[in-house]
Amino acid sequence: MFAHIGRATLALLGEVGRVTLFLKDALLQGLTPKIFVRQILEQMMRIGYFSLPVVGLTAFFTGGALALQIYLGSSRFNAESLVASIVALGITRELGPVLAGLMVAGRVGASIAAELGTMRVTEQIDALVTLATNPFKYLVAPRIIAAVVTLPILVGIADVIGIMGGYIVGTRSIGLNGYAYIRNTADFLQFNDVSSGLIKAAVFGFIIAVMGCYHGFNSKGGAQGVGRATTNAVVSSAILILAANFALTSLLFAD
Amino acid sequence: MAEGYIELYNVKKSFGPKHVLNGVTLSVPRGHSLVVIGGSGTGKSVMLKCILGLLHPDSGSIRIAGEEVVGLKGKARDDYLARFGMLFQGAALFDSLSVWENVAFGLIQGRHMARAKARDIAIDKLGQVGLGPEVGNLFPAELSGGMQKRVGLARAIAADPEIIFFDEPTTGLDPIMADVINNLIVDCVKRLGATTVSITHDMASARKIADDIAMIFKGEIIWQGAAKTIDHGGNPYVDQFIHGSAEGPIQMDVLKP
Repeated sequence: MFAHIGRATLALLGEVGRVTLFLKDALLQGLTPKIFVRQILEQMMRIGYFSLPVVGLTAFFTGGALALQIYLGSSRFNAESLVASIVALGITRELGPVLAGLMVAGRVGASIAAELGTMRVTEQIDALVTLATNPFKYLVAPRIIAAVVTLPILVGIADVIGIMGGYIVGTRSIGLNGYAYIRNTADFLQFNDVSSGLIKAAVFGFIIAVMGCYHGFNSKGGAQGVGRATTNAVVSSAILILAANFALTSLLFAD
Repeated sequence: MAEGYIELYNVKKSFGPKHVLNGVTLSVPRGHSLVVIGGSGTGKSVMLKCILGLLHPDSGSIRIAGEEVVGLKGKARDDYLARFGMLFQGAALFDSLSVWENVAFGLIQGRHMARAKARDIAIDKLGQVGLGPEVGNLFPAELSGGMQKRVGLARAIAADPEIIFFDEPTTGLDPIMADVINNLIVDCVKRLGATTVSITHDMASARKIADDIAMIFKGEIIWQGAAKTIDHGGNPYVDQFIHGSAEGPIQMDVLKP
């Protein structure tokens, strides 16, 4: 029993250490020349642009469902006018960044881990080294940079679409006044609500890219190893996103 | 033996409790082609990766042209790697790049050559391995195994390296394509005047491309000599290997039914 707990703890600490070393290399190499601009732009397309449909749909339906739930709850004590402001708050502060983060973790984290994992087991990463190209600079850094830059943009768009989802449900099926809905949203939202969500998004992007790269980079043993790397990348980034979200919420709204 | 261009002295490498290299000592004169033969799991690939710096030996010394290369870092390591070409066992082509971009990769990324010029060189190198310019625009997934190997060879020689490594160059190819690859290797190496180290368990390939042959067994070099002398080396391990016999001093860990 104790041996089991001890072994699990050691394994966890070992993993934390390895991720830290990986991060050190990634940041050290990523922030010094040479910077692969072409790779960064390509990854921005793949991580950011192609995630738009998934993230947009998620935000739209979440905003709609949120409006419905808040209406059902608030109508019990005649507070229907709060629907717009609570939807806006919920989307920008929590649900926008967290759901976008989780969706991107599933979409992008998995694909990064699978791609780098396959490159590892087919010796393409070794081949990079023999062609005098540092794989941290060429593969890892562009993905991290692209994810950190594009996730806030994605979440900004998700905020707008989520609020729009709430608006459509609010005006069409609940029967709230459209003009009042928008006024309530605009008057109530503060800069801090949106910016905190965007900060979270950047952190989540970092987590997704680092976990995807780390697990892909260290995968071994053929197809099964790549599959395991993909699973680990998605699971670990999802859990880290939720944990980081809690930590960031307590930090950003500490007053 | 003359002063070696590539010198390994007592190189050791273990993975956990498993000792893969137990003190490899090896010397390759400049311009020579050494083929290291040995069965699966005897440490051939690990030895190659140690020379390349992809793996770090636990102890021992590796010298290239008299210069110690174990533990090189940063710019010195990049300069060191720029002198190498390597043909990987599975070709290891970058599947997100077209064939010519693969061949030109080291020139564009490593040497900062303009893309147009690198492309011309890549097309020329593809010609040297018997592939037409139209192949340059294909992607690696569209090529057969033999063509991939040839593209890998073109990539390995693209930057005119002083030293080329071949990791099982003929594995997984039919005998005719294997011989085509062997001929290409001999031609390319001769043209460049490069020093080469190959690892293989294909004796036909070894006889064709080797000046010298060394045999590795259980992480040690147990025999080294000129390729011509291998049939009369008088080493029972080598004899068993080149005749491909299950009977002899090398015992496989196979359970008898």
